[in-house]
Amino acid sequence: MNAAEHPFQFYTAAYLTRIGNQKASNLAELRRDLEGSSDASIFYHTYQSLSRHHFLTEGFSNDFAQWVLAACNRPRLAEEMASLDIRDYVALAGLRADLLRVVKDFCLAHPKESELNAFEPFYFCEAIEIPIPLGLEVRTLREFHDSLGELSHSSLYYHFVSSRLRLHLRSNDFSLWLEKELGLRALAERANRIDIYTRTLEGIQARLMALVEGELAK
Amino acid sequence: MSVEIAKAHSLQLDDYAPILGLPEIHELRSLAERLKGRSVQMVNSTAVGGGVAEILNRLIPILSELGLAIRWEVMTGGNDFFEVTKAFHNALHGGAYEARPQNFEIFQRYTEQNRARLTLDSEFVVIHDPQPAGLIDARANHSGHWFWRCHIDLSQPNKTVWSFLEPLVSRYDGAIFSSPEFARQLSIPQYLFYPCIDPLSEKNHDLEPEFVHEVLERFGIDSKRPILTQISRFDRLKDPLGVVRAYQIVRRYFDCQLVLAGGGAADDPEGGVVLAEVKEAAGPDPDIHILDLPPWSALEINALQRASTIVIQKSLREGFGLTVAEALWKKKPVIASAVGGIPLQVIHKHTGLLVHSVEGAAYQIRFLLANPAIADRLSQQGHEHVLEHFLITGNAKRYLTLFLHLLDSGQPADA
Repeated sequence: MNAAEHPFQFYTAAYLTRIGNQKASNLAELRRDLEGSSDASIFYHTYQSLSRHHFLTEGFSNDFAQWVLAACNRPRLAEEMASLDIRDYVALAGLRADLLRVVKDFCLAHPKESELNAFEPFYFCEAIEIPIPLGLEVRTLREFHDSLGELSHSSLYYHFVSSRLRLHLRSNDFSLWLEKELGLRALAERANRIDIYTRTLEGIQARLMALVEGELAK
Repeated sequence: MSVEIAKAHSLQLDDYAPILGLPEIHELRSLAERLKGRSVQMVNSTAVGGGVAEILNRLIPILSELGLAIRWEVMTGGNDFFEVTKAFHNALHGGAYEARPQNFEIFQRYTEQNRARLTLDSEFVVIHDPQPAGLIDARANHSGHWFWRCHIDLSQPNKTVWSFLEPLVSRYDGAIFSSPEFARQLSIPQYLFYPCIDPLSEKNHDLEPEFVHEVLERFGIDSKRPILTQISRFDRLKDPLGVVRAYQIVRRYFDCQLVLAGGGAADDPEGGVVLAEVKEAAGPDPDIHILDLPPWSALEINALQRASTIVIQKSLREGFGLTVAEALWKKKPVIASAVGGIPLQVIHKHTGLLVHSVEGAAYQIRFLLANPAIADRLSQQGHEHVLEHFLITGNAKRYLTLFLHLLDSGQPADA
């Protein structure tokens, strides 16, 4: 079995939520606040919300879209916002620009509706990420598989979801290592195609392990 | 006064492993690694009774086991002090308040006494709620990291009381709130920490089915027919009369029972009045069980929640409403009012159902009684939601993360 020159080092991440001072009471205010909000806020309401509500595979994991649906009763706009897939972005600036564009288009086309008060306000928050090494490293696919089964939700989320922003690649820590260090490009690609929106974190973990087991069985 | 928590029967972190999984326990230990030996003080105004003391009783042993040098200090005061702070508490919740200068003097006098008595010299100091907020005066030369943990809803505070407290709060390094909705626009950073339940406490740990059955028998409740339950003290803000009316609507369609269980009626004059009103509204219906329970009834409440078909929390106003998290933890479908912290726990149609009226509550009760598969899905997801966000271990993790963030951001602590 191939052994990697550089081991995979497992981390986990803890998230602190900071409450912002921005509060949107309608879609026009959402547009205003999206423009002025921090990257940490965009991260909290799009990427990190996937982790916070991973056990809900129905509804929208994007907080903005969920609010537009539940508090503003604008399902079409909510769907448009929710369909912005975080995997298509390597930086938060791009995601913010697209969110803003969608809301701005709606506000320009429906100026009166955009001023209607939402059922409840949208409170902007920010995520502060603290990565922590777990002191666990692996060099072979077998070791990788065994450790994968022992990961917490936060660790899985850190390596598989939020890593995209860190890497500035349309990939994740696992796929990158599998391809670069073990030369398993097909496995890396299959892993990267796992749908993070329609599976729980346990579901993602199980799917990853099944893919690795398939490779080990070859 | 420092509080010593008896170790003889205290739980260990590993006791939570069957609930959280070993990876989560391992993660807590990894997070705490860099904080070993760091000094922490938590300060509140009571060692027993109330949600804050309940949380600190478990949080402190957990953080201590993780290696933090943590102490729990309790502010002392006379009846006059606690009368003033109770009035402050109600006023900060938005209640009416008649400002008297002597009240502020009493607050300051006891703050000064406690400041002289307590040595607050830890690297991290967390002051809970308004009563000890003035202890910020004890901070020497900007030493340590000082946080104000506010457990109450400050969204509509009485202006007089808030204008007295705000200058004190603004001198902390940060404030911690239970919901973004409860926070104020402040010049200091504000953080979100959800309140929490302990899954291993008497109120929440697993029970033998025989014990649950025995509790039902003791109170004359039929285990074979649906049971609708609201656990709350007899207080108008919990709308027990509304719950009775909702049940009476549901009874036209379903043969079910209602349990209203709570305490506080004996030592609260208004509680006694509300209890009498509820009994009158219930009339001679043998399927309405009104249980005025003593404060040591945690196991009975646990059993009643576990025996319930649906748990209701039809409050008109609410703080965070942790009885909702307790019911969700027990995998019970919950129908609750969209007030206070309840919408953070009940995500409508995902982890329970939110309602806005008596009629709405009755309609949703009928819906879930008729659709047990949907009730089951909601309750499973509700349990996951509590596991993810509202357990004591999650609270410990948030404190560890906050302390690590302060260390990483290089903010000096000279203590």
